[in-house]
Amino acid sequence: MLVPITAKPGTSRRNLTGSWRIAYKPHFLQQDCIACKRCLLICPEGCIDGDKKNTYHCDYDYCKGCGNCAAICPKDDIEMVPEETEL
Amino acid sequence: MATKHLFASGHTACAGCGQAIAARLVVDAAGPNVIIANSTGCLEVFSNIYPRTAWEVPWIHSLFENPASVASGVEAGLRYLGKLDKIRVIAQGGDGSSADIGFQAISGMFERGHDILYVCYDNGAYMNTGIQRSSQTPFDANTTTTPPGSKSFGKTTPHKDLVRIFAAHDIPYSATASVAYPTDVQRKVKKALDIRGPKFLQIYVPCPLGWHHDPGLTYNIAQLVVETGLFPIVEYENGELASVRTIKEPKPVEEYLKLQGRFRHLFGTPEGEAEVKKIQAIADANIRRLGLVKEQPKKEAAAAEPAAEETAEKETPAEKETPAEKPAEEEKVSELKKFTLEELAKFDGKEGRPAYVAYKGKVYDVSESAIWDEGDHLGMHEAGKDLTAELEDAPHEEDNIFEMPLVGELEG
Amino acid sequence: MKEFIEGSAAIARIIKMCKPGVISAYPITPQTHIGENLAQFIADGEMNCEFVNSESEHSSASIILGVSAVGVRTYNSTSSQGLLLMAEVLYSIAGMRLPLVITCANRAVSSPINIWNDQQDSVTLRDSGWIQLYAETNQEACDLHIQAYRLAEDHNVYLPVMVCIDGYILTHAVEVIDLPEQEQVDSLLPPLQPLHVLDPEAPVSMGVLYDPSVYTETRYAINESMREALDMIPKISSEFKEMFGRESGGLLQEYKTEDADKVIVAMGSVVSTVKDVVDEMRDEGEKVGAVKVITHRPLPAEALYNALKHIPEVAVLDKSISLGAAGPLCMDIRHVFQGKEAVPKISGFIAGLGGRSITKDSIRGIFDRLSGEQVDNHFVDLQVEQMVNAE
Repeated sequence: MLVPITAKPGTSRRNLTGSWRIAYKPHFLQQDCIACKRCLLICPEGCIDGDKKNTYHCDYDYCKGCGNCAAICPKDDIEMVPEETEL
Repeated sequence: MATKHLFASGHTACAGCGQAIAARLVVDAAGPNVIIANSTGCLEVFSNIYPRTAWEVPWIHSLFENPASVASGVEAGLRYLGKLDKIRVIAQGGDGSSADIGFQAISGMFERGHDILYVCYDNGAYMNTGIQRSSQTPFDANTTTTPPGSKSFGKTTPHKDLVRIFAAHDIPYSATASVAYPTDVQRKVKKALDIRGPKFLQIYVPCPLGWHHDPGLTYNIAQLVVETGLFPIVEYENGELASVRTIKEPKPVEEYLKLQGRFRHLFGTPEGEAEVKKIQAIADANIRRLGLVKEQPKKEAAAAEPAAEETAEKETPAEKETPAEKPAEEEKVSELKKFTLEELAKFDGKEGRPAYVAYKGKVYDVSESAIWDEGDHLGMHEAGKDLTAELEDAPHEEDNIFEMPLVGELEG
Repeated sequence: MKEFIEGSAAIARIIKMCKPGVISAYPITPQTHIGENLAQFIADGEMNCEFVNSESEHSSASIILGVSAVGVRTYNSTSSQGLLLMAEVLYSIAGMRLPLVITCANRAVSSPINIWNDQQDSVTLRDSGWIQLYAETNQEACDLHIQAYRLAEDHNVYLPVMVCIDGYILTHAVEVIDLPEQEQVDSLLPPLQPLHVLDPEAPVSMGVLYDPSVYTETRYAINESMREALDMIPKISSEFKEMFGRESGGLLQEYKTEDADKVIVAMGSVVSTVKDVVDEMRDEGEKVGAVKVITHRPLPAEALYNALKHIPEVAVLDKSISLGAAGPLCMDIRHVFQGKEAVPKISGFIAGLGGRSITKDSIRGIFDRLSGEQVDNHFVDLQVEQMVNAE
């Protein structure tokens, strides 16, 4: 008898970790962005995406609100704002 | 999302986890044709819980101390199947696994010469079991098994120099990196995986929970540890030191320590201050031993410079490059220094040299740009070259380059 | 073809014919000859196989775990301290459902250090989810390894198998063994068809965390597969007999038990001595017999019950002891009879620890002792005074 002893790839996506946020979330101003991609690279959740300048954004379903994207942005184009803020 | 990561969202790492950043950078750089053997630890636990896993590549976890041995078997099995050309093997674990309980297995794997990259995610303690000290815990750090108290300042010994120990196995490549420089992490993973044989990469990963710092400070702390000299960024090749990341202006260790609750006990007493001086001495010794602060190239300097290695506090070497740095006003065009492509190539940003790039016939100094890292631009471009063609494909406009100081023009 | 050959060397020849792709091992007396023989075959280009010389048994077991995880047949052998050092890896292998075969050359465990034969090492792993088979002779040892691969890799079982052979007594004995031809082995052993494998074409995560809501079912599944193995083992033994022409393997062997008043039950090489004594005593008119337990895990409860239910007096001879309780096989057999109608008088005897010889006289002594009261763990040939006063 065999029960499944492995897990299928990428199934973690069912877990919406955005629910962890309580205090702050990132606001991607999309004004002075130079598309350096550093926010995309530093996000521990891998939930920031973008292509050309001023297109970078995050998936709030997964963002835990850590704020490292705002810290690394060389243009200060990401701000951490209170969770309730309408964006 | 357009970008597909090979380490998916939805994992249960703490907010701001340095290891989550690094693990994703590593597997993304490695690509889908990889098999990963992982030790028990935070990464293993937060990346999967049946039936869910964040891994998009084949991944195996067995025990705490055996990812190197399991990987050895995977590698040998792939060789038997004739698949080792196409599939790369990575073994990985935290510092507890790599430096302590699994140390022997790594040493054996390296001695046998397996074609495997070992990645150590170093957050300086056994985090998954609740922040106990490992041999990689820094001197004077507070952990639950090295707590400060009336008779103690925390861990009484400095950590082992893992990268040098593994370099002493004479493996082709043994290097360190920090998540503050994500493109450097990925460049090193790619470089390592291009090498056939045993490789080691130790990545510094802050831990907000274990180090008691705000999750948003992960990036800053990972940068400060390098800028203080406490965590040198080095590359060893075949047992010899091949490169170091130089520090332009070493920061005092206090700037790094005061951001973390695990060092809080060192502040506010004369005894604590004395301990901080000991930590500074560790940083200074690293700087001396590895030559982390370099003199600037003399050919560009108008004035002779004092020996930069001997004194800790000094002017920033960047400011001393003034002869090459000119304002980009038009009336100075006729005085611009001429560069041939060969001469330009020397300004590659490595080992303390300035980083210059050429665009549409003009040469610009990108050394101070936040997104030029030791001559590397986001892992995509290198300094010391004419990047006119490449800029056509950039996601940004040419005004980005015009912001950089103009230092000359390209001959021919 | 019959050859006069050392037990270890014969097993190495069998493993060669089973065609593993990668093997790993670490030296420990008295099994090292197996690895050394295999190393020479590989060095001479006689095997398409890599020998990974590990730096400990924990690593050699982890290495074969990794090999099996990419779908390649593999092998390892060890004893005593080596088996104990790899213990957590063996549990991991069984839990991950990887089909492997290893040899345990049974040796006493430290401390004190003792390099001679008893079965304490392998019985310590009887809870691990590994199938455990015990060989009486070197011929059986050879045959059991072939059957072990067939059993482990069967999709109805898919559990790792440990073939136990008494250290020195079998490993170092040089005797006539009928070694098969490659074609015979090939006919019993098709190529490995792995059920789960690490492959970028179809990535999975192996060794995932299972919380309380899901862990139990994985253990239940192993237990169920053990039950299925109880059916497979006799089937494979029959297949073997057809192809190779001799009885070998199976759950147990009954020897002159049909009308026996007294029977000794044991595992491994001591059974040969017991059979010799049974023959002699039968000639003297005594109705005695022997039962050889070949498969210890899974426990062949039904077969044991049927073999022993009509025997008035049963002696279980354990070459190991669960200290503070009794011999493991004895406790297993008492468990078999718990709550049953027929309950023979079952006595437990501890013999042969640390390589102490079990002589024909010792065996006769056990048969004689059976006439008295039931005993739980009688130490055969105990000599406390001599040992204490040793010079």
